Amino acid sequence: MIDAKVPKGKLSEKWDNCLDGLKLISPNNKRKYKVIVVGTGLAGASASATMAELGYQVESFSFHDSPRRAHSVAAQGGINAAKNYRGDGDSIHRLFYDTIKGGDFRSREANVFRLAQISNNIIDQCVAQGVPFAREYGGLLDNRSFGGALVSRTFYSRGQTGQQLLLGAYGALNRQIYAGKIDHHSRSEMLDIVVDDGRAKGIVVRNLITGEMTTHLADAVVLATGGYSNLFYLSTNAAGCNVTATYRAYKRGASFANPCYTQIHPTCIPMNHKGQSKLTLMSESLRNHGRIWVPQQADDKRAPEQIPEVERDYFLERKYPAYGNLSPRDISSRAVKQVCDEGRGVGELGQSVYLDFGEAIERLGMESIKEYYGNLFDMYEHITDENPYQTPMRIYPAAHYTMGGLWVDYNLMSNLPGLFVIGEANFSDHGANRLGASALMQGLADGYFILPQTIGDYLAGATPYDESANSSDIKASAEALAKESSERIERLLSIGKSSSSGQGSRSVRSLHQSLGEIMWNHCGMTRNSEGLTTALDQLSSLKEEFWKTALVHGESGNLNQNLEQAGRVADFIDFSQLMCRDALAREESCGGHFREEHQEQGEAARDDKNFSHVAAWQYQGEGNPPTLEQEPLKFDELKAVKRSYQ
Amino acid sequence: MEFLLRIWRQQNSDATGSLQRYSIDQVSPDMSFLEMLDNLNEKLIRQGELPVAFDMDCREGICGACSLVINGEPHGPMGATTTCQLYMRHFKEREEITIEPWRAGPFKVIQDLVVDRTSFDRILQAGGYVSLHTGEAPDANALLISKEIAGRAFEAANCIGCAACVAACPNASAMLFVAAKVTHLALLPQGQPEREHRVVKMVEAMDAEGFGNCSNHYKCADACPKEIPISLIARLNREFLGSALLGREFAEQPHRFGA
Repeated sequence: MIDAKVPKGKLSEKWDNCLDGLKLISPNNKRKYKVIVVGTGLAGASASATMAELGYQVESFSFHDSPRRAHSVAAQGGINAAKNYRGDGDSIHRLFYDTIKGGDFRSREANVFRLAQISNNIIDQCVAQGVPFAREYGGLLDNRSFGGALVSRTFYSRGQTGQQLLLGAYGALNRQIYAGKIDHHSRSEMLDIVVDDGRAKGIVVRNLITGEMTTHLADAVVLATGGYSNLFYLSTNAAGCNVTATYRAYKRGASFANPCYTQIHPTCIPMNHKGQSKLTLMSESLRNHGRIWVPQQADDKRAPEQIPEVERDYFLERKYPAYGNLSPRDISSRAVKQVCDEGRGVGELGQSVYLDFGEAIERLGMESIKEYYGNLFDMYEHITDENPYQTPMRIYPAAHYTMGGLWVDYNLMSNLPGLFVIGEANFSDHGANRLGASALMQGLADGYFILPQTIGDYLAGATPYDESANSSDIKASAEALAKESSERIERLLSIGKSSSSGQGSRSVRSLHQSLGEIMWNHCGMTRNSEGLTTALDQLSSLKEEFWKTALVHGESGNLNQNLEQAGRVADFIDFSQLMCRDALAREESCGGHFREEHQEQGEAARDDKNFSHVAAWQYQGEGNPPTLEQEPLKFDELKAVKRSYQ
Repeated sequence: MEFLLRIWRQQNSDATGSLQRYSIDQVSPDMSFLEMLDNLNEKLIRQGELPVAFDMDCREGICGACSLVINGEPHGPMGATTTCQLYMRHFKEREEITIEPWRAGPFKVIQDLVVDRTSFDRILQAGGYVSLHTGEAPDANALLISKEIAGRAFEAANCIGCAACVAACPNASAMLFVAAKVTHLALLPQGQPEREHRVVKMVEAMDAEGFGNCSNHYKCADACPKEIPISLIARLNREFLGSALLGREFAEQPHRFGA
């Protein structure tokens, strides 16, 4: 039975009760403890900086050339907080309620309440760092609305909120690097976790420039390595985003929770040519002023301007009048897919819908819309060569975020003691669907305010690792793991070398594309038992094909992007099997997980009786099926009701 | 579309590099420049050759990783764009395109088109932040900042750290980069307590890395994908001079990197 270690007491007092009960380490002793943090996005950078400020020794790692490039940088729209500066009825409780409901009652109440409580501190912290949030003429902070909420609680910096928040956290990280409190390593990829006596004690890292494999030991390890949407090949994620760190932790004993909960974002620029490498997001904030529609008739090939108002179907406004164009992402995406499946999609391939600013431009003027969304409109025009001020944007859903991740308790520690997981890499707060502007909030809540406190409780119970003392055992086991990682690298490099051509026959990219197709078709916006079973078969064949035919050139002793990519895609293929298993086992529809067998008039049909739980999977060795443990979800404060946005 | 490519190939930092010729066809005009290179790499990989190494990540113009000098211009001919947001429709059919890495003393070539830009991190480490501990902040709305100032600070904070400014400058000066961060924080009330100290520390770090000085070529601002205005360099000079005139002690000893 899984124990999430949720503190006792009333929901609103649990976080205080937790803080009061944490064991403390004296300021003088903190420097004896060393913490490894993998990842320098919002969660990783803020956690590293804050722990270093507290006095811990921190060693941080990133595969990028600079911590500032972590993919948090690309978050566009904003960050939620329950400040209620607008006086429109917002409160901590309402943010908590919206997030739980948005997640379709599949998240842990206590965690989400804490997130809503901390949301306000984050805004204070970031403003003090000099993050240039948007302001009103009077000098106060501005807010806008996001999907799944009836209040304006989103703080933003034009369409670049993630960038500005990350630069704030990166500044805090830099300050501690300069002070000598953080030892940072860029272009370094984590390939394994060192477990000693049942505790996470270090990592194996490959230097991406020299190929050198090194081991790093510490008293605790924090993974802040993001999500796995990139397994779909075409997603809004950056090219480097991968599942390797969390998947390796899973293979070393950490449970993976709810891997099937993936978010397909409704408003992305649709695919327009075959060599396309990514799908670009158009921020959800656009739905504040843009109206989504398709022609009422199927196969209507007229230009949008020629379709009169009465022949347009503003389907989100029609189906969900209360939330309209700001309906949550999972629901909006499915609605888009549905109208396209009906043959009413627009664009050459019929795989897109209009996001139309005509009415808003008429009402507010061009300048005003430019002020709100200038950089997004420019980006759209760059990519599509169409001017969205004149003709409606065309959008289609794309894989964007993963709610699933490594299982963590209330203290953000995985079931593997000493291994903490923060940000998108954990499963904790978004249930089966994340609301817009909540990812930045969660990453920074975890990194600035939660982990640096809770990790002390774990460290206080551990003897600090001493380089010089009796540690030969752990060093030897770390070296053995490093050797294992090196052997895997050599195995990748030797694929196909014994064949007649002396090399493989399929590029890593094309194998990744095949993986993406399998997963998009069978474990994407909608899923069914037959498709998932087919996907599992196809994944086994793909895995076999990968290890027989992947083209991996060059050597391990220098920068080798082909090799890096191969290692990540190999892990994506393995991990996808787990994702399909989880999707198959969850015989209900909830949030982003829509099982076609379980629906009511086209809407998701949840099964609280049998599935009101977190599904946490444990690795059982190569070739063996993983086992499943359940953490029951109890709703004391809220009643799990049918989720409606009508 | 078809193109002839001349690409800088260099095995590692110590090796001698050279421009190699490649041809590529079946390029869609809607492809981004990096997707065109992806296709070239596919071809090379299938032929058993090593693909061309280049830095990139987000492919939506915000992470600052991509960094190519295209026909002599950092991030190519379009202006106000990153390489990843450059599309092949911006090039002529059968055009010969020369692709080189950022060229500057402090940016060592790691392989092919990949260079080492960690000097930028070190400059920011020297002072590109407001010094506060997590949890010390007052209420966010306790501080009034005019919309105009917030907007101007944002424009400076918009820098993505790609280093095209350095690649474009005949002196390999990093002053636009340093100016952007100095301006962002000098404009805001949060940045005031450390204002004089910061500019000195950052300029010293910039010099220690071996970047040149500005002699008004204005190439940096032309190359900047985020259109950071050239006027910020004048502000940087003013901030630096102001710090000297105000009699502020210069930072203790310049931090020597890589010593």
